[in-house]
Amino acid sequence: MSKHTVSIDINGTTVTKEVDSRMLLVHFIREELQMTGTHIGCDTSSCGACTILMNGRSVKSCTLYTVQANGKSVKTIEGMEEGGALHPLQEGFHEEHGLQCGFCTPGMIMRAAELLEKNPNPSEEEIRWGISGNLCRCTGYVNIVKAIQYAAEKMQKEAA
Amino acid sequence: MSELKTTPEVCGMGHSMKRKEDARFLRGQGKYTDDVVLPGMLHMDIVRSPYAYAKIKSINTDAAMAIPGVHAVITGDVLKQYNLHWMPTLMSDTQMVLPTDTVMYQSQEVAAVIADDRYIAADAVEAVEVEYEPMQAVVDPFKSMQSDAPVLRTDKEGKTDNHIWHWETGDKDSTEKAFQNADVVVKENVYLPRIHVASIETCGCVASFEPAEGKLTVYMTTQAPHAIRTVVALVAGHVGLSEEKIRIISPDIGGGFGGKVPVYPGYVIAIAASVVIGKPVKWVEDRSENLQADSFARDYHMSVELASSSSGKMEALRIKTVADHGYTDAAANPSKYPAGMFSICTGSYDIKNAFTEMDAYYTNKPPGGVAYRCSFRVTEAIHAIERIVDVLAQKLDRDPADLRMQNFIQPEAFPYQSALGWEYDSGDYPRALKLAMDTIGYDDLRKEQAEKRAKGELMGIGLSTFTEVVGAGPSKDFDILGIKMFDSCELRIHPTGKAIARFGTKSQGQGHETTYAQILAEELGIPAAHIQIEEGDTDTAPYGLGTYASRSTPTAGAAAAKAAHKVRDKARKIAAHLLEVSEEDLEWEVGKFYVKGSPEQSKTIQDIAFAAYTNHPQGLEAGLEATHYYDPPNLTFPFGSYICVVDIDPKTAEIKVRRFVAIDDCGNIINPMIVEGQIHGGLTQGLAPAMYEELIYDEDGNILNGNFMDYLLPTAVETPNWETDRTVTPSPHHPLGAKGVAESPTVGAPPAIANAVVDALSHLGVENMDIPITPYKVWQVLKEKGAVA
Amino acid sequence: MIPPSFEYLTPSNISDAVALLQKHGDEAKILAGGHSLIPAMRLRLAEPGYLIDISGIGGLDYIQEESGQLRIGAMTCEAALEESEIVQSKYPLLLDTAKMIADPSVRNMATVGGNLAHGDPANDHPATMLALRASVVAEGPNGTREIKIDDFFPDFFTTALAEDEILTEIRIPSPPSASGGAYLKIERKVGDYAAAAVACQLNIDSSGSIENIGLGLTNVGSTPIRASSAEELLKGKKPDENMLAEAGRLAAADSEPMEDLRGSAEYKRALVNELTQRAIKLSLQRAEGSR
Repeated sequence: MSKHTVSIDINGTTVTKEVDSRMLLVHFIREELQMTGTHIGCDTSSCGACTILMNGRSVKSCTLYTVQANGKSVKTIEGMEEGGALHPLQEGFHEEHGLQCGFCTPGMIMRAAELLEKNPNPSEEEIRWGISGNLCRCTGYVNIVKAIQYAAEKMQKEAA
Repeated sequence: MSELKTTPEVCGMGHSMKRKEDARFLRGQGKYTDDVVLPGMLHMDIVRSPYAYAKIKSINTDAAMAIPGVHAVITGDVLKQYNLHWMPTLMSDTQMVLPTDTVMYQSQEVAAVIADDRYIAADAVEAVEVEYEPMQAVVDPFKSMQSDAPVLRTDKEGKTDNHIWHWETGDKDSTEKAFQNADVVVKENVYLPRIHVASIETCGCVASFEPAEGKLTVYMTTQAPHAIRTVVALVAGHVGLSEEKIRIISPDIGGGFGGKVPVYPGYVIAIAASVVIGKPVKWVEDRSENLQADSFARDYHMSVELASSSSGKMEALRIKTVADHGYTDAAANPSKYPAGMFSICTGSYDIKNAFTEMDAYYTNKPPGGVAYRCSFRVTEAIHAIERIVDVLAQKLDRDPADLRMQNFIQPEAFPYQSALGWEYDSGDYPRALKLAMDTIGYDDLRKEQAEKRAKGELMGIGLSTFTEVVGAGPSKDFDILGIKMFDSCELRIHPTGKAIARFGTKSQGQGHETTYAQILAEELGIPAAHIQIEEGDTDTAPYGLGTYASRSTPTAGAAAAKAAHKVRDKARKIAAHLLEVSEEDLEWEVGKFYVKGSPEQSKTIQDIAFAAYTNHPQGLEAGLEATHYYDPPNLTFPFGSYICVVDIDPKTAEIKVRRFVAIDDCGNIINPMIVEGQIHGGLTQGLAPAMYEELIYDEDGNILNGNFMDYLLPTAVETPNWETDRTVTPSPHHPLGAKGVAESPTVGAPPAIANAVVDALSHLGVENMDIPITPYKVWQVLKEKGAVA
Repeated sequence: MIPPSFEYLTPSNISDAVALLQKHGDEAKILAGGHSLIPAMRLRLAEPGYLIDISGIGGLDYIQEESGQLRIGAMTCEAALEESEIVQSKYPLLLDTAKMIADPSVRNMATVGGNLAHGDPANDHPATMLALRASVVAEGPNGTREIKIDDFFPDFFTTALAEDEILTEIRIPSPPSASGGAYLKIERKVGDYAAAAVACQLNIDSSGSIENIGLGLTNVGSTPIRASSAEELLKGKKPDENMLAEAGRLAAADSEPMEDLRGSAEYKRALVNELTQRAIKLSLQRAEGSR
């Protein structure tokens, strides 16, 4: 087993730690950094509960070794609020009742964040395909779609 | 509910209050079991059987113990020293915690490793050497019931077969007579396969035993923390765990759906490990373990018969069922109901004669079954009746909506005594179906279907007009391990007029922190925003049976209203004292008592709360609190009418749910936004088994799809944009007129989808298809009927 | 599900990576996006002693069209294909395929090179590359060599790469004018491997006849399959419904599916038959549209 020192920008703060080569990024975030908003729902990169942003792209942190994130920037749900204000996506999920048990929510929000970054005004169809790697067992997705539409609208207004 | 009694500031019933619990979940600050970290905490991982049925010849733990960081390897023999290797199930059967000699299903727990972290524990699991002697598994209940089948439960002295129980209800003779005299009889074999709740959070716990005080605290993914505490006390009382020193904490739960009701071996092993080692032990199963070993749902093989007159009047229903329970009956039903509420199978129809019987068998599969978001076996019952009604319509060449209208229990017939013994509280089935038909444009769809059929296109319209039975339940009939199925609310009003209330239930996403606050706001006029709701900690919350079977609103919701009434009774005394009038002179309106005839003389609930601590009348206790344990007089019977439209590709057999209209009636509504969200989720968990989900085993008992790559949960792409609406028929016996709701759509949706697909193929002579109805299955049918090359 | 321990190696150039492969032999695995390998390691189906992460090697992540070729760096992620303007405008088959692989987050990590080098007949790019008549570039101790895609998948989960070779680039002939392509896939749900899928790439002449056509089949054999009899039938033809039906039949006959949870061999052949016809039709439409 090899140990490696990694330096990762997590939500704007650079963290330097020694990790085992096999430590999964999701465990690093949850257990080494005690940021437990990122969840684990499967072992096969199927559910998306562990979704984070790495260099701005949504990735499944259960299917990455921590060493692969060395030198990269990572954003988790804990980094979404800015200046005490909820991100429009967080607000949208609240306003549109886009969450129930809350377990898939952080991953869903991180995935949606990249979706809106790439496509600020997605159709319902594009949203549905866009979150197709994130499973929700509670909401039936209807209100998640609405929550993302809410955020898209708000972000476009803010940008205008 | 016609009008709102409270302002948006108070936010009582009927307001779509945004959820209070969202604040933490949105920020990633929910606290789930795997988020719990305690000082010195160790990690547990489990060695599981690769075989469905095998003798254990030996277990060698030397190599595992030699790995640095491994503290213990626990086997059945270790637990046997404490007489903890077996435990009772909720259905009074017995289940291994860890085996001493035989494994009964693939992925059964064989040994547990305790180590410094989960990585070391996983390595140690690989290093435990188990020698097995595989035996031929019995996987099919129809083989299990044969007289020459090997007896699986050799641990049960004198057991000579694999039969678990026989259950029957109804009038066998009158039903037989009605069948003999009927003009028309239809019969169909309907199988509801084994499925899994697959909440996105798996199961787990952190068990922490403090040797000095002898106190055990367990953070656990459980829907029923109080019942678990009592079970632990009963199972482990003999090793010194006494109920006052057991604290079960159910933190935030990432979905339950019935899968977090049972006591799984993993919990018990983690508790035993913590007691033996004296350190906290965390166990969180991974997805494969969750799918392969935790309780399944359904697995009912039903033979369904319906008799009618030639004009379509339904006269008798008979269902004979074979239930596959795996190697032990670990269902989570009320004690007196081995088949749950299956006898709701006459559904929404006035059928005078009914008889149903069931036999349960052991097989070499995981134990169960749990509900999968339905009130104790109601989904099975409703699927049977809703399918056979369509078969009858087909036989009589009748429109299925028309046939349903003809046979509905009529609105004036409530309360209605069903042939199988239920007293339906309220309903208006024709109104709901009419609304569904108008919403979807039923007549136009039938025309479109006829045109398409003429062109060789496949389109189907499916109905489901179901009745649910939820809110267990009245203490005369309902208990789990003898504990009556009441639920509770303990309410405290603070001096500044704010409140905290604690409950015996436990939300897993249903939004109790919001809806219970709204109930109390409705009853007391204290703004819901200022009412703190807590659940899930057995040291602080009043005893209750937990959240499953859509029982929270029917039981704990009623308890909240009743506790509020008690508080109001005392508040009246204080108000009378403050206003210097007699209690009889006071009138309550939301948030205050006023003097009859002079409304300007009043005291608000906040005034009264302050006085309760600062100026309470002589002879009256200080404080303003109440506790209520609610024992419901009856169950509640929510219902709905669903219509589904599907289009099927005639070549590839791909199935597209074009539209799905769901009309639900759950009585008076506390929070319309949350109710609609529950219905969306329930519909999706109806779609899932209807088209995607099934636990598949080969003939040796190997599971073939024990992960999320092959156990197919629908994504946002497969899930249609549900169209929902409602009618409101209040429950006459519930203090709020409310029923339960979260499971109705899971019950109602599968037959609507199955009926739609069968309807699309009915002109080819198709009468029935078992769920999950996949494109492959449809293609096979098309092939068989010569409709594809 | 915890992966076993391994040594993690980060070469800074291809020749160092090749040297590491030579040193550690079959104990070593190349880590690209890791979205096939890491799940396999978590399930302990793969237990490599050494992981050679090539993501730190510069110059393997590009999509460039030059001198009649589209060149895709092996480390290009699937999402980059979707986002690429050149792919969007000229390579509809690649675009279709990229959109059907797993899900968006997986496509942010999964690479085109990895999708091929894994040798999995259930992966989507192999059939696509067959249809596109691509070749791949392998770099080993003796330099680079170009391997025709038809020679790249000799057997089940096997590629033509030597143990000490690394796939570095994919080369696709630029389509002539009036070209079209499509990838049609039947999956049990989004993100699943194909029950069957068909990749088609063709170009037509001024009369609308097919000049050249490539047809690749996904997950209906122990290797990705070229539907060569159907290709031969259609070459130089302007197919009517009957000929399309015959092409479908021939493609189905060329497939060698096995029964699994997705269905019987017969069902999969039926899917190949139908999807082949539809993919050709859609490709023809797109070719007409690109004139």
